[in-house]
Amino acid sequence: MKKVIVIGNGMVGYKFCEKLAAHPNYSEFELVVFGEEPRRAYDRVHLSEFYDGKTAEDLSMSSATWYTENNIDLHISEMITEIDRENKTVANHRGDKYSYDYLVLATGSSAFVPPIPGVEKEGVFVYRTIEDLEATEAYAKKLKAAGKTEAAVLGGGLLGLEAANAVKNLGLNAHVVEFAPRLMPRQLDKGASDMLQAKIESLGLKVHLSKQTQHIQGDKAIEGLQYVDGTELKVDMLVVSAGIRPRDAVARECGLEVGTRGGILVNQNMLTSDPNIYAIGECALLNSMIYGLVAPGYDMAEVVVDQLTGGTDEMPEYIDMSTQLKLIGTEVASFGDALNDAKEDLDEITYVNKRNGIYKKINVTKDGKKLLGGILVGDSSDYNSLFQIYSNGMKLPEDPEDLILGSRGGEGGSLLGDVMDLPDDAQICSCESVTKGQICNAIESGKANDLGDVVSCTKAGTGCGGCKPMVKDLVDATLKSLGRVVKDNVCEHFDYNRQELYDIIQVKGFTTFNEVLDTHGNGGHGCELCKPLVASLMATIHADTANKEYAIQDSNDRFLANIQRNGTYSVVPRIPGGEITPEKLIVLGEIAKKYDLYTKITGGVRIDFFGATLNQLPLIWKELIENGFESGHAYGKSLRTVKTCVGSTWCRYGMDESVSFGIELENRYRGMRSPHKIKGGVSGCIRECAEARGKDFGLIAVDGGWNLYVGGNGGATPRHAELLAEQIDNETVIKYLDRYLMYYMRTAKPLQRTAAWQDRLEGGIEHLKEVIINDKLGIAADLDKEMQTLVNKFECEWKQAIEDPEMMKRFSHFVNSDDDDDNLVFVPLREQKMPEHWK
Amino acid sequence: MEAILDRYNSTSIEEVKVWFKAASINDFPADGGACVKYKNKQIAVFNFARTGKWYACQNVCPHKMEMVLSRGMIGDDKGTPKVACPLHKKTFSLENGENLNGDIDPIATYPVKIEGDNVFIGFAE
Repeated sequence: MKKVIVIGNGMVGYKFCEKLAAHPNYSEFELVVFGEEPRRAYDRVHLSEFYDGKTAEDLSMSSATWYTENNIDLHISEMITEIDRENKTVANHRGDKYSYDYLVLATGSSAFVPPIPGVEKEGVFVYRTIEDLEATEAYAKKLKAAGKTEAAVLGGGLLGLEAANAVKNLGLNAHVVEFAPRLMPRQLDKGASDMLQAKIESLGLKVHLSKQTQHIQGDKAIEGLQYVDGTELKVDMLVVSAGIRPRDAVARECGLEVGTRGGILVNQNMLTSDPNIYAIGECALLNSMIYGLVAPGYDMAEVVVDQLTGGTDEMPEYIDMSTQLKLIGTEVASFGDALNDAKEDLDEITYVNKRNGIYKKINVTKDGKKLLGGILVGDSSDYNSLFQIYSNGMKLPEDPEDLILGSRGGEGGSLLGDVMDLPDDAQICSCESVTKGQICNAIESGKANDLGDVVSCTKAGTGCGGCKPMVKDLVDATLKSLGRVVKDNVCEHFDYNRQELYDIIQVKGFTTFNEVLDTHGNGGHGCELCKPLVASLMATIHADTANKEYAIQDSNDRFLANIQRNGTYSVVPRIPGGEITPEKLIVLGEIAKKYDLYTKITGGVRIDFFGATLNQLPLIWKELIENGFESGHAYGKSLRTVKTCVGSTWCRYGMDESVSFGIELENRYRGMRSPHKIKGGVSGCIRECAEARGKDFGLIAVDGGWNLYVGGNGGATPRHAELLAEQIDNETVIKYLDRYLMYYMRTAKPLQRTAAWQDRLEGGIEHLKEVIINDKLGIAADLDKEMQTLVNKFECEWKQAIEDPEMMKRFSHFVNSDDDDDNLVFVPLREQKMPEHWK
Repeated sequence: MEAILDRYNSTSIEEVKVWFKAASINDFPADGGACVKYKNKQIAVFNFARTGKWYACQNVCPHKMEMVLSRGMIGDDKGTPKVACPLHKKTFSLENGENLNGDIDPIATYPVKIEGDNVFIGFAE
């Protein structure tokens, strides 16, 4: 039995335990871990989410029972103060001694606090542990109660910006103070930094560059920062985030070699100057560097596990520091030699789009053959591909600018071409160090049969998740190369995809889920994937409402309301085109008051009530319906709103009546069920106040009619809608829209928005024009007829529900009691209420 | 929050001391569920009408501690009967309570019996 003691229970210390415990020879080891913080290792990378409602438990790297389940003796709140290398023992702060065969130092780093006079003043904090955050939060509360609001963060690097976001989340005005003339000076160039600065300033943060702090003002508590240049910044709080210092004290005291500027010296095996002691993570000085990122730390943990179990793995002499992350809502990535540190004679290609806040730069060799590095701000969706091209030295396209601009003209393909062209040792998942070879091999060897299997046996994609699309592509391509059909079956219960099921239900005229499952399924009971899908298809094909077979509906459709995070619901009546009379507005206010509902205008410019219990839903809807409202279908995969600007009815620039047409369209398509939600917009002129091009369908009034745009999207991947037809009249708009929507409902994948559907449609918008305008497939008449049936058969499903006592039975929290859920706790929020935070 | 979970312990049929008469079978939707109140407990009861089997479990989802499981969709995972939480689609086996698509703690399950038209849930206390 080899006894291993780990000092430090941070992310890297934990990863070492995880990797050793998963090793086939783990039974030969006894593992003891000491952590001085009062809790198990947690995810420090996402620390700012602590102020976003996440708890320490949510951030924890493992479950409470994980250490015992894996026979690891974990001591928390225990600090190791002494290492006796001669007798191979360590002692904690109480003097208890423990012996070891091998020692792993994972003591991490502490926040670097520059020696500025006044840093000891009240109201000055660091940003490192959950305890630091709790202390900061308590102080911020005191400040706010006293009417004080200004907080500065010293340091405009990666951690400083994270800290600034945290301070902002505390409800304070955040100021970022940086010594260098730009943000993130170690990762970004001036252009990228400017773009990032503009983005975060637009969110209300203030940035102060080229500022060196001379001293901290104030008597007992901080009152401001005095800069060397004579100016000052009045603040009530300061969070110092000016870098890290490796924690090497215990190593230094026992005589291990340390670097002149700190850090425990290690060789490529991660061994310190003592052959029985390793150091990993931010306390280790490797290649004369302290690596402050988590990925290299994990690699070091892996190397030590390999060494201890008889392997010969080493850390490389050059470690890639490429990163991709989201800072204060802005995507930022840098890879390779982004700042040309090597001072090579190279070509820089930049793309700057101030309108959308996007900056992209790549460094390529003079001959245009190799990618050396780059920076992405505002849109890092190409990071994976660019990183692979860079790290594998792959050949560049003829015009290297295509890498950041996309190939213009003709078909837009993937940057990388075929994922299978990557070399086997290309690292796909950098968090878990998984290569392309390992992913493909998992399938080729028969260990894994699908994406889920690959993820569980290689751990690829379980870290930041950024590589998931590429892992999926690799899995699909490998399966294909083995001659296995990659079918987009809806789930284990059906060997059909959505479009096939659509045809089956339509041709056979099935009206219940059980009929479909019994005749075309693989047995069993169905599941949460196929049930709502079949429900949606039957709604489209038979014009049924969600009341028809409510147990197969997605849970929101089952209760005709959107479930909120505490299990209560929201209520959204339809307000077509956003037009509402004062009388109806008053009714809404009265109802919200009567039932004490949190009230907000939604993103789709209608009114949303929150906090309704299941028992209250029918009571509220009965009142709404009596007052002339109907369901807004905010809970369904169906039409939400048609947003309108005021148009020529009032606007001096309006070219047409956008409100009238918007109302007509919203009423036409209300209630129909689709693969995903659908939003529309109608603008009265090209100023586009209704933001119609960001919607699934959008109209803009122009001289001579309407321009019809389709396939726009906000959401995670914003996309402008594409022009389908120009200068058409109202009647033609409806004809084309009927066909477009019906074609989408027939052929899209489950839960695929129009934008993604259109992107993957062979031929794209040109194909759509052929089908919709020129009727290339000869289906236009069918599409017209099917849509007209849906329009004619519309019924308000809430009206149906409240008029039928049998349907009403489902709106009760208990089946054997009229009580409401007694677990609900609301807390006050700006004169309204909200559910208490998740613990 | 631990206090709520302490109320729910998986109960095997041998441990049952009380068979609580919950409601009529007609009060539960076919292939769906509803929530039953028993003392200070909320129990989700599911009617797998395709096989005529019934299952019961705690109503609280251990992921975010909300009383919602009875409102989830039911189905099976390679033959194992399961419920999907309506909040984040975490799925749990209704046979042993295990989280099938993640590593959340298991839920407590309870035996169900049908006598005549009535649904009974078995408790150890």
